[in-house]
Amino acid sequence: MKLLYFAWLRTKIGVSQEDVAPPAEVRDVASLIGWLQTRGPNFADALKNPSVVRVAVNQEYVRPGHPLAAGDEVALFPPVTGG
Amino acid sequence: MAIRVQADDFDIGAELAALTEGDASIGGVTSFIGLVREMGSGPSAMTLEHYPGMTERQLAEIEAEANRRWPLQASLIIHRYGRLEPGDRIVLVATASKHREAAFESCHFLIDWLKTRAPFWKLEETAEGSQWVEAKDSDDAAADKWQQR
Repeated sequence: MKLLYFAWLRTKIGVSQEDVAPPAEVRDVASLIGWLQTRGPNFADALKNPSVVRVAVNQEYVRPGHPLAAGDEVALFPPVTGG
Repeated sequence: MAIRVQADDFDIGAELAALTEGDASIGGVTSFIGLVREMGSGPSAMTLEHYPGMTERQLAEIEAEANRRWPLQASLIIHRYGRLEPGDRIVLVATASKHREAAFESCHFLIDWLKTRAPFWKLEETAEGSQWVEAKDSDDAAADKWQQR
């Protein structure tokens, strides 16, 4: 699974992207965020308030219950501020 | 329909002329141009980050939705990324239709939806250092008014 981080999530976590193999209990977006929070203080800090984190799977917005597959591209980012 | 995501500036006159060229059925064009404005304590430059791939995909979906809702002859979205200074152009949205209502309404819709859906983030340069711009509730409210009942 490919993870991408943008804006302050990227700067807090310290990397822009990584390939991960989450444990089997990670089946959806909410459980992925729960697992990521355990990967270190930088992740715990960046993801301490999941309600402000937007998630896209394969470049489409999804909700926390969205199921995940091994080959997915999952992006985590704050609310957008373009335009 | 056209989408461009680019670091370079754009020429408004040339873009609008190209949008309508060769289609004499177009009766009106509406355009919106977003600029970097000075914030609070004075001029501040910013860097626009985006998600290559998803940006183009989301802009194309937004544009397709405008074309479903209004009878448009042509539409164009150009959005820049990278470092921009006060006064620089950020975004151009333009819509062309036979009649003005469709052009006005669809252009307004496009910029409101773009602001809450297109994956761009502004990093402002301030006296205290660089700061990520916070999303505004007023932008969500502006986009919500276009939800179809």
